[in-house]
Amino acid sequence: MRREGSPWEGLGTVYVKELTDHISSIRMLVLEILIFLIAGAIVYFAIDSINQTTAEDPFVLLKLFTESRLAVFSLLAILSFMIPLMAIALGFDSVNSEHNRRTLSRILSQPIYRDALLAGKFLAALTTIAISLLLLWLLVVGLGIIRMGVPPNAEEVARSLAFMGVTLAYAGTWLALAILLSILTRSAATAVLVALGIWLFFTLIWPMLVPGIAATISPPDPRWALFGYQDPVTAQWAEWLRRISPNELFNGASIVLLAPDTRQVSQIVNLTQWQGAILGAPLPLTESLAIAWPQVVALFAGVIVLFVAGYVVFQRQEVRA
Amino acid sequence: MSGPVVTARGLTKRYGAATVVDGIDFDVAKGEIFGLLGPNGAGKTTTILMMLGLTEVSGGEIRVLDHDPVRDPLGVKRRVGYLPDQVGFYDNLTAYDNMSYTASLMGIPAGERRQRVLEALERVRLSDVVNKRVKTFSRGMRQRLGLAEIVMKRAAIAILDEPTSGLDPQAILEFLEMIHQLKHEGVTVLLSSHLLDQVQRMCDRVALFQRGRIVLMGTVAELARQVLGTGLVVDVEAGAATDLDARLGAIAGVTQVARIAADHYRLVTDRDVRPDIARAVVAANGALRRLSVDAPSLEAIYARFFQKQAETEEGARDAA
Repeated sequence: MRREGSPWEGLGTVYVKELTDHISSIRMLVLEILIFLIAGAIVYFAIDSINQTTAEDPFVLLKLFTESRLAVFSLLAILSFMIPLMAIALGFDSVNSEHNRRTLSRILSQPIYRDALLAGKFLAALTTIAISLLLLWLLVVGLGIIRMGVPPNAEEVARSLAFMGVTLAYAGTWLALAILLSILTRSAATAVLVALGIWLFFTLIWPMLVPGIAATISPPDPRWALFGYQDPVTAQWAEWLRRISPNELFNGASIVLLAPDTRQVSQIVNLTQWQGAILGAPLPLTESLAIAWPQVVALFAGVIVLFVAGYVVFQRQEVRA
Repeated sequence: MSGPVVTARGLTKRYGAATVVDGIDFDVAKGEIFGLLGPNGAGKTTTILMMLGLTEVSGGEIRVLDHDPVRDPLGVKRRVGYLPDQVGFYDNLTAYDNMSYTASLMGIPAGERRQRVLEALERVRLSDVVNKRVKTFSRGMRQRLGLAEIVMKRAAIAILDEPTSGLDPQAILEFLEMIHQLKHEGVTVLLSSHLLDQVQRMCDRVALFQRGRIVLMGTVAELARQVLGTGLVVDVEAGAATDLDARLGAIAGVTQVARIAADHYRLVTDRDVRPDIARAVVAANGALRRLSVDAPSLEAIYARFFQKQAETEEGARDAA
């Protein structure tokens, strides 16, 4: 049976309201201050380190994102760590708080479909993250120009913006997960705990588990170990398993975009990719994008799958508290 | 528009094996106040949600203002206002901001919005707290804010789910007054409640829900005739009368006379025969002190109905 009327009716209204809520919320303010302080400090130290060591590099600006010699972590590592937190903070109570405040049935009795409410909330939170990322980008580029005195070239700008796009897709995955949890659980506290649990799992535990699981699925042939090598089959399994984690996908795609001489995401050497390569020579942006593409697509697929799961559950959910 | 504004035929809602609403039929006429009565969990709220397309219909048919809430919920929701029980608002926003958000969801053009919001708030006497956060509002004020939304929508049908539960008596009176005002403007009101006294005062017709079915439907007087069966109870107090029992018993229409106290009689009549009673008392040289009719109260109907039902069930169990 087809329903009548547009699912987008009211989307703009919900979007504007949620965006206003996010931007004016204390929660968001705290997160932004945190990210900017950390990012500012890291970039500051990264610049020091670059000023001392780099002789000549055509992509000095991109180094700001990946440099980690003086600072403990690179900006990339910090983003891979902080972005999920930010997305979870914006999404974990998006639907269950409407239930708990008893506003849901009142809002849904207005002439809008549930589609508009859910999509509006998702897009508003994503926009909030996009605004923060844009500010962060400006901060990094600005600090780079002021402290290093090197204006960014077009390719650097393009690459760093592409990186911001990947970061947004990464944020979208976690946001869709947080919203899904906010639909599934009635209590916001449960949703945030589960979301943080999943985040911790992928950040800390999964990378430690992967070698063990891979070795169980495909026990390595001891002859490889004899020569100090990894069994390629086991290594391949480990790689597939690692890629379940959105963090891994994000890191893989980001490093390709930010370090132009990166020729492959995988840790397993693929000889055809190195054929005729000049070591250390940068790839053109389109080539880097082509290498990062599977990771980027996987992140987008994650966003879509998680959002659709939330959508289906939300459509069937009872509005009654 | 003539004809009913809401029509339900065989409307059914099942959750798994449990049938919450079990094939109910009802019509609501334009401009009336229609009461949905019944204990909690009898299916009132589910029926309301089905009317708004907020929950799926498992069987049967429902039409609201010539729209099908299943296929065209937006068409229904554009013209029907709903006040859920224990309505909630965004506490950190002001009354005005909350209203302005719903106004824009309703599709009220931006230019008219401010005026429509302020008008509606004035109608429910919240003009002095327009810019206060809803956090500070009392329960009664929240309910009125909910009603303001319906006013602002210029809804043709207002559905109010337990609108007065948890309010203090003064707030209840004020709220009922506002509902009456809606009726005067030609709005059809569906009122769900378990406060019988209120429903009786307000509603033109009521439907009594029990375990997902409508077991009784009609005006309060009709229900009284159906359930109490006996018609009117008249109390007569008359002093110094002679032979009043017989004279009262002889009046056409009086079916039963009982002497409760020395000068106090209780009559059961099948129609209003108070003039005849007065004449009889005067003819018996009695000093008429009181002649009152107990209007059949919904409470009595309700209690009697469930009592009867319990009796028949017990009877059935004994027989088995």
